[in-house]
Amino acid sequence: MLKRVLVIVLAAICLGAVAQAQTDDAGGAGLGAIQVILQDQAEIIVESSRQTIAPAIDAVADSGLPQAQRVMEVWQARDMYRRISDGLFFAAEETGDDVWTLTDFDTGANVGELSGDALEQIKPNSGVRSLIGTALVRFQLNDPDPAKREDAISSLERRANADLLDPLRASIEGEPDASLKARKIRTERMLTVAYEPDEAARIAAIEELSGDLGVDVRAALNPLVATTIRAYPDGVPDDVNLAAILTPGTDALSRAEAYEMTDGPALVSDADLMNALQANIDDGMVGGVPVAALSDPGRRAAAYGALADAGVVAPRPTEAQVQAALDAVTFAAIYSDPSPAVTQAAEAALAKIATNVGLNQVFDLGLDALSLGSIYFLAAIGLAITFGVMGVINMAHGEFIMMGAYTGFVVQQVVPNHTLSIVLAIPLAFAVTFAAGVALERLVIRWLYNRPLETLLATFGVSIALQQLAKNIFGTQARPLTSPDWLGGAVVINDVVSISTIRIAIFVLALIFLAVFLFIMKRTRLGLETRAVTQNPGMAGAMGINPGRVNMLTFGLGSGIAGIAGVAIGLYAQVTSEIGQAYIVQSFMTVVVGGVGNIWGTLLGAGMIGALHKGIEWFNPSNTLAAQTYMIIFIIIFIQFRPRGIIALKGRAAGD
Amino acid sequence: MERSFLLKNPSVLVFLAVLAMFTIAVTVMSEAFGAGLVSTSFVKTLGKTLCLALIALAMDLVWGFAGILSLGHFAFFGLGGYMIGMWLMYERTRLIVEESMAQAAIPPTDSEVVDAIGSQIFGVVGSADFPPIWMFADSLTAQLVLVVAVPGLLAFVFGWLAFRSRVTGVYLSILTQAMTLALSLYLFQNDSGLRGNNGLSGLQNLPGVTASQDFVSIWFFWASALALGLGYLFAAWLVSGKFGSVLRGIRDNEARVRFLGYSVEGYKLVIFTVSAMIAGVAGALYYPQAGIINPAEIAPIASIYLAVWVAIGGRGRLYGAVIGAVFVSLVSTYFTGGQAPNINLGVYVISWVDWWTVLLGLSFVLVTLFAPQGIGGLVDLFARRQHPERHGADLGPDKGALRESEAEQ
Repeated sequence: MLKRVLVIVLAAICLGAVAQAQTDDAGGAGLGAIQVILQDQAEIIVESSRQTIAPAIDAVADSGLPQAQRVMEVWQARDMYRRISDGLFFAAEETGDDVWTLTDFDTGANVGELSGDALEQIKPNSGVRSLIGTALVRFQLNDPDPAKREDAISSLERRANADLLDPLRASIEGEPDASLKARKIRTERMLTVAYEPDEAARIAAIEELSGDLGVDVRAALNPLVATTIRAYPDGVPDDVNLAAILTPGTDALSRAEAYEMTDGPALVSDADLMNALQANIDDGMVGGVPVAALSDPGRRAAAYGALADAGVVAPRPTEAQVQAALDAVTFAAIYSDPSPAVTQAAEAALAKIATNVGLNQVFDLGLDALSLGSIYFLAAIGLAITFGVMGVINMAHGEFIMMGAYTGFVVQQVVPNHTLSIVLAIPLAFAVTFAAGVALERLVIRWLYNRPLETLLATFGVSIALQQLAKNIFGTQARPLTSPDWLGGAVVINDVVSISTIRIAIFVLALIFLAVFLFIMKRTRLGLETRAVTQNPGMAGAMGINPGRVNMLTFGLGSGIAGIAGVAIGLYAQVTSEIGQAYIVQSFMTVVVGGVGNIWGTLLGAGMIGALHKGIEWFNPSNTLAAQTYMIIFIIIFIQFRPRGIIALKGRAAGD
Repeated sequence: MERSFLLKNPSVLVFLAVLAMFTIAVTVMSEAFGAGLVSTSFVKTLGKTLCLALIALAMDLVWGFAGILSLGHFAFFGLGGYMIGMWLMYERTRLIVEESMAQAAIPPTDSEVVDAIGSQIFGVVGSADFPPIWMFADSLTAQLVLVVAVPGLLAFVFGWLAFRSRVTGVYLSILTQAMTLALSLYLFQNDSGLRGNNGLSGLQNLPGVTASQDFVSIWFFWASALALGLGYLFAAWLVSGKFGSVLRGIRDNEARVRFLGYSVEGYKLVIFTVSAMIAGVAGALYYPQAGIINPAEIAPIASIYLAVWVAIGGRGRLYGAVIGAVFVSLVSTYFTGGQAPNINLGVYVISWVDWWTVLLGLSFVLVTLFAPQGIGGLVDLFARRQHPERHGADLGPDKGALRESEAEQ
């Protein structure tokens, strides 16, 4: 250290003495202050190894020179070069074809141009660069450029460092940017928790952090409550920070682990036992037991016992010995942090955070359920018309969803603008599936009214034909339907609660569909006629309504809505020829559970199925398959108690 | 009694004779016992087809006779296959494990053998322990009982729940479809205990049998033919008596049968359970010939295809179901196997592998619309039987009432 100061002082004197005389002549007494330090550390700078670089970085960072920050930035950016002729370091920039312009660190002056051959680039690896980055933080915390200050805070958040606590505190006061200031304060609290020597200040910081849901806060608090398990032969001493006394044989401490910590004779594992027996086979016998009889565990133990008695192998501790050894010592979980007040505060803060996180997770789960419910609703609303109102079982409904999704895909191939293509795709998908629905109604379903089972079979035939047709046209690989950028993001409320924009859009779309459905059914002539034809086609016909035409239009409407739902579903799921299959059973379930013929029932059914699905998934998050299984079983049981769904039609509207 | 049953059902004798002749013909032409005109793999295909005919028979019992369109029968079929597959896989792995362990210096304990079998079987799903459902896997007798018992129990519980709450018609169909979807999703999990989506494999090897697949396949072919023959006899006996009459009554007008004092739910439950058991037997014979079973086999689509076969063959008559299953599955094998020549239209080459399913779907629509009697209806053309024409407008408020065109006849 003394030597370094001496060098700096000397260099400063030289600088003063020679004044402006140090132009191109970089040798001898003309060295700048930082150059002197760099030369001093030249060897390890060039070696550039993560293990040895620390003194060089410290030397530059601790120099107190205004140039230090620039040196380290250049160094980190791999723009520092060494002139081979005299070994001096410069910032270099390629200004022409193999022409490098050198800049002196101390004066900032252009010191000439060289070809690449005359320079050696200093190439710090990522480990070294991150060390430089940490050292840079203290300079950057007060940098006039907000972007650099933000970088510094991010770096601090990633890699906390006790030395930086004071510079960070000092920089908070002068921080002009409010959001950066908040982040600085939060980081300062976390550093305080980790490194502050004063106990009261740490506890205060822990308590302040207990309202924060961030994962990093939990990561900062968790080390405080980390425990190690120790064995104490004479009881737990008073001077340790005790977390809990443990009993061997519980979840926290297994008997084998506990026994390992005592000084009893080592346990013999089954594998060791086998090896010992194998090693001591003597003329077809082990310890007096014939080898053939060793398929019996009891005889094996006996053979090992005989070997132990003969002194060939180490004896196995008996159960009583193990128990005695365990009883002789006390096992305790000990906090690694010595201060009980701090660990208590940390435990309390973590408990509070856990409760908070739990509540937020429930809220997040609610949002998820809502969005899943709206997807089911979207898939089912077309069915609510064709199946719910008209009573036609259309197994090809899923394929109408698929047709809608593929329409969206084709439109996107033609119209590259994502927003415009979605806007075009929605009416087009409606048109395509409306036409398909009308065709299906005219050609097939019309002949099968009042024969629901046969309708089911015939539309199933249509379904497999359409699916294979889609496979023939579009291939089996999934086709992407890209959503516009404004639908790509997510609304993040806090670290726990977030929801993607596309799901919000689907929710809104579901609400719009509900409104459209209600409007058409209750407020338009088509809705009136549809309801009339459904209730009594003969009487409706007598009133001058053409039942055939009304059925055709209603079926087309339901199919068209399925097409639009297909575009929406395609936006967040991959479009394949099987996309409809994935929704058809759930859609029917939604309609049946909700109550056939009532749109509010469908809405409730979708909400219930969505909530149920997410609820079950919450118990076993890794397993969505199980969630679907239990959901279907639940629905089967639910139908036992409400065979006509949540909202059952009563009286004449209920039909037969 | 037996004489009168056969006299009343001449089709049974005809069917059994045809089946016997077919079996003998295939045996004579097989690679194992005869000229080798029929390859072993085709013998397996034929054996599997007979099993499919058996489950089609089971389907016809519930759908054609009792009017319950079950879209979940492959759940029972698959369960039967899983039950026999558990024994086949356990026993074969046990033989392999014991052979390799015999090389060790010290003979293994029983629990070590079981552990080694467990890690062999469940290694693919990252486990080594036998789940409780494998409790009886070491016993052939127990697993053979389970082949019938497990599908029967599932059908009984499901049927009891569904029929009790008077779920009928399409609602029941959707519910059965949900059941098979739930089962297949459940089995897709790794921790279902049946190896997740890997399923059970290597089932074509009978443990302890050293004969080549040529022989094994023909044995299974015989077993399948025998099962189909017995199943047909049983089904024909079941539907020819009073029980069958009540079933048909339920199919045509459930409410009326109930008002006559019959326990409709009981009848439905019995036929549904019996049918599931037959399906379980069919599956237990099918999957050893297929060699592998996995949860995709019991996806809802398979059961819907079953309905397609029965509908094309002609529901409500036992031989119709068999004809439908044999015809459609063999023709499907022919077209999707790539043997059928492509049709070159000049601008576009129609490849049957791609277009067969489209054709099948459309022809299914046509059969439903124009030939509800299916292929079996051709028999009626010879027998000159008349069927009511169900098209036209309603004449009364009840959906079972005569239609316009029927009344005119």
